[in-house]
Order: sequence, then structure tokens, then C-alpha cells
Amino acid sequence: MKRSMDDAIKDSEYKSALTELLFQLADDDFILAYRGSEWLGLAPHIEEDVAYSSISQDTMGHAAMFYQLLEDLQIGKVDDLAHAREASERKNAVLLEMVNGPGTYLVEPQYDWAFAVVRNFFYTSVKKIRIESMKNSSYQPLSEVAVKVNMELYYHLLHWKTWFIQLTKANEEAREKMLHATNRVFEELDGLLTLGPKNEAISSFQLIDAEETLKQRWIQMVQPIFESINFTIPEKFGMKHGNGRNGEHTEDLQKALQTLSEVYLVDPAASW
Amino acid sequence: MDLKNEVMKALHLVKDPEIDSISVVDLGMIESVETKENSVSIQLLPTFMGCPALDIIKNNVVKVLSQIKEIEQVDVQFVYHPPWTSDRITEDGRRALKEFGIAPPPIQLDETGEWHVDCPYCESTYTTIENLFGPTACRSILYCKSCKNPFEAMKPISTLM
Repeated sequence: MKRSMDDAIKDSEYKSALTELLFQLADDDFILAYRGSEWLGLAPHIEEDVAYSSISQDTMGHAAMFYQLLEDLQIGKVDDLAHAREASERKNAVLLEMVNGPGTYLVEPQYDWAFAVVRNFFYTSVKKIRIESMKNSSYQPLSEVAVKVNMELYYHLLHWKTWFIQLTKANEEAREKMLHATNRVFEELDGLLTLGPKNEAISSFQLIDAEETLKQRWIQMVQPIFESINFTIPEKFGMKHGNGRNGEHTEDLQKALQTLSEVYLVDPAASW
Repeated sequence: MDLKNEVMKALHLVKDPEIDSISVVDLGMIESVETKENSVSIQLLPTFMGCPALDIIKNNVVKVLSQIKEIEQVDVQFVYHPPWTSDRITEDGRRALKEFGIAPPPIQLDETGEWHVDCPYCESTYTTIENLFGPTACRSILYCKSCKNPFEAMKPISTLM
């Protein structure tokens, strides 16, 4: 049975599971879109600069939508949810908050393009599996947003998949860097794949399929790609720097939040 | 003229802030228009969700409709169902895009999801895609090998993707 916004507000258990899932979706997109925006002007060539910033803009749009669904459930205002929450309240995967590399976008950015490609390819493919599942979500507004996100995601996945395959097939140095970045991402991948402490409620309310089902679908999706480039998928993934779904985060997130909320916090009442 | 017709006429005046030859009506963004005695409510479909023009469009719709004498109350909302797809652009809209130098979105996609558009300047089919992404979320960058012009195309967006 599909539920409307009013149904969700009336059922506190349902609302609690839904809220948890929406925070994960929103916070994931939000922080990765921010990391993407830090690449502006620094991508390997100008066409990539155009493409990556366009993808980041779409992704920020998706975050805004998920925050809007939270606002509709009377959890808080979109702008406050995005800008005014402490790191410990954030539900994003730690993988997505990690810095792009040494330096900052203003001072000596030594950003790691291999890491950017691998992280984005993994994230976008996991997001694709989730969005496909949420097209059938029991929460009607979420299923409608999923249909919308899916159409934009098509282009994102095509983009990152192309980069991922091409760089692993480029010269030895590129392959080495890609392998290194892939290992780093696998070490945090469980933190992205988990639906957090309320995962059972989230799937039993049919908001999205179960964590393990989604994980197996993702492996099935990327297996042929990994085989084609002769990379192996490890037996086990990791959560090396903590479980972001529990509010465990690194200093990287703290610093990012300070930067991105600086202007907003000067005058939260300002009209944009 | 009845109120609804007047509203539709006014909505034709609201253009895409980034492509000023095409109206929100011809872009296929208007899902529904309901008029009562002195109020109107409009449901708009967002094109791309991160598009910064959306709020400007919403405000412009309010502004234009508020100028109609009989109307005292305007309610404009974005809805996500049905999703906006590029086949909602009208024939007039496709012409307007072309006038602006933007190839209208292809109507058909290959089974592989690949697509092709002709040059909006010289009609040549001898074109290549330079970048699927462009200066705005809804556009791609292409090049015409016949007339040697770079041009943009409206990205096809479909639920089949």
C-alpha cells in the first residue's frame, strides 16, 4: 500500500524509519555535491570541468529534494537541515566526506583525480541501485522523486563509468593510481552500503529493499565491469573510519561544514 | 475571454530565464491550471532538479498572473508527478529552441540509449557530441562538421532511461 505525506505523519514508527532514510539520502548527496564543487576549475580539462560541475549541480538538486521531503514531514526547514546541523547529526557515509586530496581549493590543491573518479563511480552505481528500488517505495512522494532522479542519474553513471574504465586501461601509472583509489574506496564501502541502525524498519516498511539485497544487486551490476578491466571485488568491504549512519564522522566533515555554512550562519534569516 | 484563457495567454509570456525565446508553456512545464472566481493555482513540473532557474520561473509566474485584473490570489507549486520529460516540449517550443541556436531534444532514442541531433544552423546531420553536459543542466555541447559551428542541444530526458 502506498502512503501519502499525511499517512506518514500520523504513524510515528513509519515516520521515524522514513526520516532516517531521507537523512541518509540527503546528506550523502549534499556532501558529495560539495566535494564535487571544490573541483571547479581544477578538473583535468575544460570539458570535464563543465561536466563535473553540472553533475554536482544535479546532485545538490537531489539533496535539496530529499531535504524538502523532510521539511514536508515537519522535521525542519530545508536550509537549516542542509547548513545548520552538527557533524554528529549527519547521516552521510564517511566515504563521501573525505577530502579530495591535500590542500584546499584556494591553497595548493593537490587533488586526486583517480580517487574522484572511483568514489563517484562507486557512489553513482550504488545510488542507481537504490533509486531503482525506491521507484517502488511505499512512500508515494519518495517514489515520485526516485523516478525524477533516475533520469538525471543515467547521465551521471554513463559519465563516471566511462572515466573509470578508461583510466584503468590507460598507462601503468594511471592503472596503479586507480587500483590504489579503488582499494581505499572498498575500505569504506560498507559505510555507504549500510542503511544504518534502523535498516530493518526501513526495509520492513518497504521504503526500500533490504540492505543485503541492494548490496548483492550492486555486486551483480559492477561485476562484469570489474572483470572487463581485470580488477577483483574483495570478499569483504570495510568501514575503516566509522559508520556515518550512526553520526560517526571525521575531521574532514567538520571542516567542510564550517566552510559551506559560513555565509548561511552569518544571517540565517536572510532571504536568498 | 474567460479567466483560464487569459491565464494561459499570460503564461506564454513567462520565458525560460536562460533561453528567452521559449515559454514555460512550450517547455511543457505547466501540468495544471485551476481557476476559481478570483484565484488561480498552477502546478509546475521542474525540468532538472538542481536548475537555479526554477525559483525565478516560479516568481515570474506569480508576477505575471498577479497583473490580471480579476486575480487576487496566485498559488504556484512544483510537483514531481508526472515527471517532466523532454518530449513534453511543444512543436512551437522546438522551433523556438532552434531559433535560439539550440537543437531541440531528439524524439527517439536508440535501444542503447544513444541519440543524435541535426545542426540547428545548417540542418546537417554530420554532427558530433563534444560533451553530454553543457553550460546549464538541460543542455549538451555538440559540433557541426558541415558548417563548423559549435552548438548546444537540449538533452533528451525520458523515463525509459
